Amino acid sequence: MRNIRLSVPDNAKSGDVIELKAMIRHDMESGYRVNIQGQTIARNILTFFECRFDDNVIFSADFHPGVSANPLLKFHMRAQKSGTLTFEWTEQTGQIFTKTAALAVLE
Amino acid sequence: MIRAFGIIGIALLAGCSEKPVDEAAFGIAPENIRSGYEFLTAETQALQNDDFANPGLLWVQTGQGLFQDGGCAACHNDPGTEFRSVASTFPALDPQSGKLINLEGRINLCRTRHQSLPELPYESDDLLALTTFVKSRARGGTIDYQITDALQPHFAAGQNYFYSKRGQFNLSCNQCHDENAGAKMRGDTVSQGHINGFPAYRNDWQTLGSSHRRFEACDIAVRADPPALGSQTYLDLEVYLTARGNGLTSESPAIRR
Ligand code: HEC
Ligand code: HEC
Repeated sequence: MRNIRLSVPDNAKSGDVIELKAMIRHDMESGYRVNIQGQTIARNILTFFECRFDDNVIFSADFHPGVSANPLLKFHMRAQKSGTLTFEWTEQTGQIFTKTAALAVLE
Repeated sequence: MIRAFGIIGIALLAGCSEKPVDEAAFGIAPENIRSGYEFLTAETQALQNDDFANPGLLWVQTGQGLFQDGGCAACHNDPGTEFRSVASTFPALDPQSGKLINLEGRINLCRTRHQSLPELPYESDDLLALTTFVKSRARGGTIDYQITDALQPHFAAGQNYFYSKRGQFNLSCNQCHDENAGAKMRGDTVSQGHINGFPAYRNDWQTLGSSHRRFEACDIAVRADPPALGSQTYLDLEVYLTARGNGLTSESPAIRR
C-alpha cells in the first residue's frame, strides 16, 4: 500500500494546456547504501512511470537509482475532451501502483 | 557569561509562583528568533512553500487515513480542527499520571487508554504519520508555549541539557545553535536549532522524522552516546526548545536540508 498524491485540475476548457502532478511514497532504495552493520541495503526502486489519458499514453519515464525518494513528476497535456487519467508506477519487483483521476473538459 | 545569568535567573524564578518564561534562559533575544526556514536555500524554501511538492504531506495523508480508519475520529472531529493549538500546548503533563508527554505520547495514551490498543513504537511510520497529521492542523499558528510551575523542572532539565558539553567533540547545543547560528559548517548553514518545523522532512534523510531524531542526529554528530528517542531527557529538551521557539510559526511538516 503506497500513498499517491495527484494534482489534476477539476476541469479545463477545450484546448487548454494543463499541468499534471503526481507524487508517490517510495524509498527509492538505491542499492548503494549500507546499514550500520556495513551490509548493503538491497536495491528497491520504481523503474517506470506511465500516465494514460483513456487508452493513450501521454507521458512516460524510466527511473534509475539516482532518483530521490518520493519522486514528484510534473508534466503537461492539452485538454481536448473529458476522460480518465491513469497514473501508474512499476516497481522493480513488478508490482504496479495506480491511481486515476477524472478530467472534465468544458466545451 | 550571559548563560551564567540565565541559569541564575531560572534558579531565582523557581521560587516564585506565576512567571512568564524567563528570556534570560535563552541565548537568543526574542527579536532575533529565526526559524530554520530562514537558513535554507531558496530552492528548499520553495519546496516547503509548495503544498503539492512538499513530501511531508504524504505523511499527513497517511496520518489522516489512520485517524479516520483507526477509530480516532470516533472521539475527535475530522479533519482535526480541534488540534489547532497543539504546537503551543505540547509537551504537557498528563493529569492522570503526572508524566510529561509530547504529542506522540498523547496519541499513544489515546490508544492505550481509550482504544485498548498497544503503544506505537517511537519513530514508527504510523506514529509519525498520526503525529504529523495532528501537528499539521496547527500549521501557520504562532507558537506560544507557557512554562507552568509544574513544567518548570522539565524546562530546567532541558535547558541544562542544551548547555552541557558532550561527546568526543565536547560541544554543547548552544555552542552551535546560539553562538554560531548563521555560520557555515561543512556544506550546511547552522540554524538556531528550533523545532517549529517538526516532524519535518529532511532531504538528507530522504524521509520524515521527529524532533527527537534530529536531537539524536546532533548528539551523534558530536560523537556523544544519544539517549533513546522518546526518553525523559529528550522530552525535557523538547520542553525547553518549544519555549525557546515562542513567537515562531509552526511549520510542520517543514522541509529541511
Ligand atoms: C557541531 C554543531 C552542532 C551541535 C553541537 C548541535 N547541533 Fe543541532 N544542528 C547542527 C547542524 C549543522 C544542523 C543542520 C542545519 C540546521 O538546521 O541548523 C542542526 C540542526 C538542528 C535542528 C533542526 C533545526 C531546524 O530548523 O530544522 C535542531 C532542532 C537541533 N539541531 C538541535 C540541537 C540540539 C538539541 C543539540 C544538542 C543536543 C544540537 N542541535 C547540537 C549542528 C549542531
Ligand atoms: C474514546 C475516545 C478517544 C479516542 C478513540 C481517541 N481519543 Fe484522543 N483524546 C480523547 C480525550 C478524552 C482527550 C483529552 C485528554 C484526556 O482526557 O484523555 C484526547 C486528547 C487527544 C489529543 C490532545 C488534544 C489537545 O488538543 O490537547 C490528541 C492529539 C489526540 N487525542 C489524538 C488522538 C488520536 C491520534 C487518536 C487515534 C489513535 C485518538 N486521539 C483516539 C479521547 C479519545
